[in-house]
Amino acid sequence: MRTARKRAHRTTGRARRHRAAACGLVAVLGAGLLAGCAEDGGGSSADSGGRTTLSVGVFGVFGYKQAGLYDEYEKLHPDIRIKENSTERNEDYYPALLNHLSAGSGLSDIQAVEVDNISEIAQLHADKFVDMAKVKGVDKADWLGWKWNQAKAKSGQVVGLGTDIGPMGVCYRKDLFRKAGLPTEREEVGKLWKGDWSKYVEAGEKYKKSAPKGTAFTDSAAGLFNGSVAGYPIKNYAADGTLVYKKSRAVRESWDLAMRAVDAGLTSKLKQFDKEWDQAYANGAFASVICPPWMLGYIKEKAGDNGKGKWDVAAAPKPANWGGSFLTVPRNGKHREEAVELATWLTAPEQQAKLFREQASFPSAQAAYKLPEVGKARHSYFGGAPIGKIFSAAAEGIPTTPLGPKDQIIKTTFTDIGILQVEQQGKSPEEGWDAATKKIDDVVDD
Amino acid sequence: MTSSTTDAATARRAPSSAPAPGAHPERAGRRARRRHRWDAKWSPYAFIAPFFLFFAAFGLFPLLYTGWASLHKVSLHDPGHMEWVGLENFSRLLEDDFFWNALRNTFTIGVLSTVPQLVMALGLAHLLHYRLRGSTFFRVALLTPYATSVAAATLVFAMLFGRDYGMINWGLELVGFDHVDWENGTWTSQLAVSAIVIWRWTGYNALIYLAAMQAVPDDLYESAALDGASRRQQFWHVTVPALRPTILFTVVVSTIGATQLFGEPLLFGGSQTGGGSHQYQTLGLYLYEQGWFNFQLGRASAIAWAMFLILIVIGLVNWLISRRLHTRR
Repeated sequence: MRTARKRAHRTTGRARRHRAAACGLVAVLGAGLLAGCAEDGGGSSADSGGRTTLSVGVFGVFGYKQAGLYDEYEKLHPDIRIKENSTERNEDYYPALLNHLSAGSGLSDIQAVEVDNISEIAQLHADKFVDMAKVKGVDKADWLGWKWNQAKAKSGQVVGLGTDIGPMGVCYRKDLFRKAGLPTEREEVGKLWKGDWSKYVEAGEKYKKSAPKGTAFTDSAAGLFNGSVAGYPIKNYAADGTLVYKKSRAVRESWDLAMRAVDAGLTSKLKQFDKEWDQAYANGAFASVICPPWMLGYIKEKAGDNGKGKWDVAAAPKPANWGGSFLTVPRNGKHREEAVELATWLTAPEQQAKLFREQASFPSAQAAYKLPEVGKARHSYFGGAPIGKIFSAAAEGIPTTPLGPKDQIIKTTFTDIGILQVEQQGKSPEEGWDAATKKIDDVVDD
Repeated sequence: MTSSTTDAATARRAPSSAPAPGAHPERAGRRARRRHRWDAKWSPYAFIAPFFLFFAAFGLFPLLYTGWASLHKVSLHDPGHMEWVGLENFSRLLEDDFFWNALRNTFTIGVLSTVPQLVMALGLAHLLHYRLRGSTFFRVALLTPYATSVAAATLVFAMLFGRDYGMINWGLELVGFDHVDWENGTWTSQLAVSAIVIWRWTGYNALIYLAAMQAVPDDLYESAALDGASRRQQFWHVTVPALRPTILFTVVVSTIGATQLFGEPLLFGGSQTGGGSHQYQTLGLYLYEQGWFNFQLGRASAIAWAMFLILIVIGLVNWLISRRLHTRR
């Protein structure tokens, strides 16, 4: 301390200035620290020109920007500007949304919600959202009944308007089917398994007998499970909200079907959306995959030129849905009315049809199916298949299945743990089932 | 905060309070002395304050708050609502197979990655310690993996270790071995994850060892050489003993890193489960799963505190060992 005091006596003007600067820095850093804790301004603002900026929170690529819908809306409403906040993965987007909801800040004016999360939002957070059923210009009849009901809370409030859906079909390789002695015309292929997923497995068994070397009938048992389980009127939850997944026919029968496919060696033993899965498309390692419309673009990209002229799409055994989203409007947004208007416009049949044309997001508005953009749509990469017809027929037959808060985790636990253990790690079906249900019990246990 | 702002204010006022014409020189002098005394006493605290402020806000507060949350049932749906459950989250952990599995994995991956990493780092540092042509190049090259992002490195490694189209399996088949399903085996997946860690951190540790080696006095080597010690003997009997504190330091740092291992196993399989049987799920990954996928923040906090306690134990062991090293000397 003494040396320090001695040095202090010798303080020159320059050193003093330095010290002042350092202290200033301390103050600035301290202020920054406080500012860092303040609201993160994810919300909206009105800029000086009197224009209102609306923010839209989405995950992945929703395609509104790409399809030019924001530009179009801004042209129709010169006083509105639209800003999109996109998070790539829903696994990151959804927890952040929950955080913002409970903090009451950082929310966008419009927030997208994935179908696997919508029931949780409707059950636990309905009071934080605008009731879209009561909005002027929203007509319930525009939407498919099951889609509309998915966003309905117990009170009858509708927390979000449906955007796209994922009615499933089966994408298949004509060349491989021909070599294995299966029909290749999409109507005949559809007939091959019409009405029952077990017929799809039977087709696989037929394929297996004269399968081209190095190929399997389908990509994964998880894909089969997922396709089958979504086609029942009761899946994981009973109508009264109790958890019945261990006993429900949907889960039991789909599980057995997946096990049968694994046992017979019909799958490529892949995990969907893994790198290896992508590479398998390029290498033509499997002959079919259960595919909603949003997957067609993915397949085209991954299979590339190698798969050109080889792919086609047929109807799935039973109508079932995979994926799709909703647009919600948080109640405490600064520009609630403008946001409601924008959400209504974006989900209207005409806009959904435009989005389908540009981005292949399949409309949840049944009114859009009559529009030529959708009804007459064909996909050139898939042999000019009439995808509008195939998928809208599937969409209209999809059952209204009660959803519950843990649907997503139940599904991924069955596919990524239960089925994966049996399919890729050689465990017995009983071990796989036990591992999956143990994990799910742990999650739902309070 | 108060001390630093007032201090800043005094400092800013300082030039103007220099003896002005007409003021009592004696009183001004006394005041200046008092100010200097005050300044010398408090300004060091002001200088280190930013760190402690940041530490308090982003280190200490979360730590304590996590501890508080670990005694409650908290859901991500409503983090503001906490329900007191006492030590239930901890007693639950004791019976939680997933926790023990994660702890075991963290330990085995830790050993699999830390031991070869440090041994190789020591060897590399020894080689680099010799006069080499282009030594700067080699030193920079050693540090490049460290500068690579976890995400980029892990994605590349995940492709190398791919089952059907991975380069490693391709090489194995080329020399006549069967291909290995790296991700689905317990040991193979842990080896693969460890390989990423080893690749990233070996060079970094080698440079730390190298710096320590350069501080070993040359006359020790000279006298060892005079006594007829070979290079290998010099390494074991001069270099390694001189490096003991450094080795201990790297062991501790690597162990802390291994306990918190998260990015590599997450991105290796692209999922929080750490493989179909959780075969390479580490504690960090399990915490993430509980908090952000199962939405159980209370349980996640308990795991975080368990990890913290494990690190404290490791710190204590380190302290005991280093004390013994000192007394032996």
